[in-house]
Amino acid sequence: MPALDVQQLTKTYKGGFQALKGIDLTVEEGDFFALLGPNGAGKSTFIGILASLVNKTGGSVRVFGEDQDRTPELVKSFIGLVPQEFNFNLFLPVVEVVVNQAGYYGIPRREARVRAERYLRQLDLWDRRDTEMRKLSGGLKRRLMIARALVHEPRLLILDEPTAGVDIEIRRSMWTFLRELNAGGTTIILTTHYLEEAESLCRNIAIINHGEIAERTSILALLNRLHTETFVLNLKGRLSELPQLGGFVLQHLDDCTLEVEMSREHTINGLFEALSRNGIEVISLRNKQNRLERLFLEMVDRRSGTGWSSSDAAVAPDAAREVIA
Amino acid sequence: MSRTGVGWYRHWISFQTIFVKEILRFTRIWVQTILPSVITTTLYFVIFGRLIGDRIGTMGGLDYLDFIVPGLVLMGVITNAYSNVVSSFYSSKFSRYIEELLVSPAPNWVILAGYVAGGVARGLVVGLAVMLVAMIFTEIRIHSVAVTLLVITMTAVLFALGGFINAIYANSFDDISIVPTFVLTPLTYLGGVFYSIELLPGFWQGVSLANPVLYMVNAFRYGLQGVSDIPVGIAFGIIAIFILVLCAFSLYLLRRGVGIKT
Repeated sequence: MPALDVQQLTKTYKGGFQALKGIDLTVEEGDFFALLGPNGAGKSTFIGILASLVNKTGGSVRVFGEDQDRTPELVKSFIGLVPQEFNFNLFLPVVEVVVNQAGYYGIPRREARVRAERYLRQLDLWDRRDTEMRKLSGGLKRRLMIARALVHEPRLLILDEPTAGVDIEIRRSMWTFLRELNAGGTTIILTTHYLEEAESLCRNIAIINHGEIAERTSILALLNRLHTETFVLNLKGRLSELPQLGGFVLQHLDDCTLEVEMSREHTINGLFEALSRNGIEVISLRNKQNRLERLFLEMVDRRSGTGWSSSDAAVAPDAAREVIA
Repeated sequence: MSRTGVGWYRHWISFQTIFVKEILRFTRIWVQTILPSVITTTLYFVIFGRLIGDRIGTMGGLDYLDFIVPGLVLMGVITNAYSNVVSSFYSSKFSRYIEELLVSPAPNWVILAGYVAGGVARGLVVGLAVMLVAMIFTEIRIHSVAVTLLVITMTAVLFALGGFINAIYANSFDDISIVPTFVLTPLTYLGGVFYSIELLPGFWQGVSLANPVLYMVNAFRYGLQGVSDIPVGIAFGIIAIFILVLCAFSLYLLRRGVGIKT
């Protein structure tokens, strides 16, 4: 039984804007699923409908086999939502936020306190349990939203950009936590700004663009579509002239930095052998651009014909990273 | 959670959570929520009851101070039941933590009942406080405990529902003060709190009968003092009809997601 089965989901807002144009999407139980798309693609509307925060115009949503229209309370009890925007009563202490949320799900107060302690400890918030929400930093609020979403122990956790604006250390610890949660059987759907995050965490992916599913596949299958990869090499010495390396396209970024584009038929070993033959020593190398990001931009560009193109991203990958999703 | 797990017990826990949250909210800030009504009504008792009331003599067969007690108590109940729900629910909309409830399996009627019960609780706490203040100025004997409790509770429910609807439609903090200022206060002051409608000319007596607060004040006055301008049965019927209509409308708004869903 799929964790999520969405058929012909449509949403038209007042004024006629059609945010979703007949989405079909299935997410299997136990999956760690990435939902990506450019700004305004319809991701938040889609998640809002799943979480009963947005009224759908048409179509059906089934969660673990239960129809959202027929058994809305049961469907809600299956889902935990970590929203993109903070939505707390800023004057409540941390522990009250979690305990109240459990209460809304019908969990008696004594049990709610036990669960609140468990999840606040897991997310390193227990020491802050009596702190008022407004005094927490952004990163701590993000973690609290996860604790709040888990307190009723949902089978499907939906995270809408959970690591937006948090520092690298907190982001990494959240990744570890989410991996463990998924390994424990919780199905997770994730939207994120950081495609590295999707590539690192998720097994399957769907890309929404202009209210439609542009792609639905596994991360591995998607990455296998890359015909070329581009690496940036930091060289030990200065390089005045570009050598001719068969099968590799080289570009001088500066005297000590070389960009190498290689096709899938070639290997990194082959590249280094060729560089060594030419007396070029390499200190370090990195991908020029996240692989998934490159595919994402190509796909969005190809299907929409507007917005950011892959060539834009090649010129300004960091800027592109800011506008996607 | 199984199918049978979504049952009355879980709804009760959800209701209890909202209700307790609401009580904690207004008791934490009691200086803003409870005290102002107590001070205001104390001033009313001093000025209208003692200083001016002694010159007025009797009203509706009662000393003027005794006459205004039920109206002042009910005024506190109405204002506070309304304010509690309108400000609490609108704040939850404004700061988006209403989403905590909307994503949960708590049904709409439980959400409504929780907020209304919170408003009723604050209304009754203020009503009791005003009653205690009144006892400083005059002796209070309750003619009918049942009628008194029923009227005060039904009135609080009715205005808590009114506050809920106001909060649903409100788009700014200004919107939550418009109704209390331009509707609630005039209705209360013209609802027979300070005078008997027998003093009014025939036409204005008829107009007064269209004011629902008049029925509540008179039914409450009957409960406390055994006198009323209106037959008590009619007063109860009218309050009950208003409650049913506002309750049905509130549930309709919640079901449609007006003001809280897109």
